[in-house]
Amino acid sequence: MAYSDKVIDHYENPRNVGVLDKSALNVGTGMVGAPACGDVMRLQIQVNEQGVIEDAKFKTYGCGSAIASSSLLTEWVKGKTLDEARQIKNSQIAEELALPPVKVHCSVLAEDAIKAAIADYQSKQND
Amino acid sequence: MFDFSKNYFELFGMPAGFVLDSGALATRYRDLQKVVHPDRYASSGEHSQRLSLQGATLVNEAYETLKDPLKRAQYLLRLKGVDVDGQNNTLNDPAFLMEQMELREALSEVRSSADPQGSLDALLRDIGAMIQSQIAELAVSFEEATPQRLAAAAQSVQKMQFLNKLHAEAEAIEADLDEAC
Repeated sequence: MAYSDKVIDHYENPRNVGVLDKSALNVGTGMVGAPACGDVMRLQIQVNEQGVIEDAKFKTYGCGSAIASSSLLTEWVKGKTLDEARQIKNSQIAEELALPPVKVHCSVLAEDAIKAAIADYQSKQND
Repeated sequence: MFDFSKNYFELFGMPAGFVLDSGALATRYRDLQKVVHPDRYASSGEHSQRLSLQGATLVNEAYETLKDPLKRAQYLLRLKGVDVDGQNNTLNDPAFLMEQMELREALSEVRSSADPQGSLDALLRDIGAMIQSQIAELAVSFEEATPQRLAAAAQSVQKMQFLNKLHAEAEAIEADLDEAC
C-alpha cells in the first residue's frame, strides 16, 4: 500500500514530537491506544489563561499513518481554543492525509487523543 | 466425514472454556487430521476429495485458534456475541497505556544501552510476565459468562493485543542483535 506524500512528509519530518510536564496545571495529557494494531499515542496540550492552546506535543509508537495523524493534529490545534480543538473530526484528518479506508482508524485514534487531552486539562481546572 | 456446523470446541469434543488441556487438544488434533487427510480420499470421488480438503482446513484453523490463548479468548468472546475485533475499538485505560508507552521507550533505547542483550532480556522477561498475568486473569474472567466478567475478558484481550505486539517487536530487535554479533 502506498502512503500519500503528506503522510510521508509527516512521517519523515514529524512536527512537535516531545513531552510536556504532565503534572503542570496548564497541561492536558491524552493517552490512547488501538488494540487492533497495538499503536500507542500520547498527545499533550499546553493551554494559556485565555483558554487557547499555545503548545502541543506528541509521541506515537505505531505505523506511518498513526504518526502522521498525530503530527498533523498538533499543528492544527496550536492557536485554537479548546472548543475549536474539540470540533476537529477524524474525517478531516483522514481527508487531509488521504488515508485509505484500512488506515482511517489511525485518525480516529488522533481524535480520541485530543479529546482525552482536553478532558484531562479540564479535570485539573476543576480540582 | 463430520459436521461442518460445529464450533471449534465441539469439533474437538472439548468443553467451551478458556482453560483447556493442551495435551488432549494435540491428541484430538492428530486424530481429526487422520479422519480428514486427503490421502484417504485419493481414490474417492471429487466431492469427497473436496470435502476432505475443506475438513482439513477447518481442523487446522480450529487448532490454531484453540491452542493460542489470545485467539482462543477472542473466539470465546465471539461465541458469546462480544465484538472484540473492531478496527475502531480503542482502549481507555490511561495507566496501562502509560506503561505501554514507557515499555516502548525502553525498547527503543535498548540498542544504545551499555548492555543491549541484558536490557532486552530484562524487557522480554517483563513483557512475558505481563502476558502470563493477563492469561491468568482471562482464566478467572471466563469462569462465568456474566456481562461484567465478559467485559473484563474483553479488556484483557485488548491488553494482550498490545503486549503481543510489543513482544514481537522485542523479538525482532533480538534477532537483529544476534545478527550483529
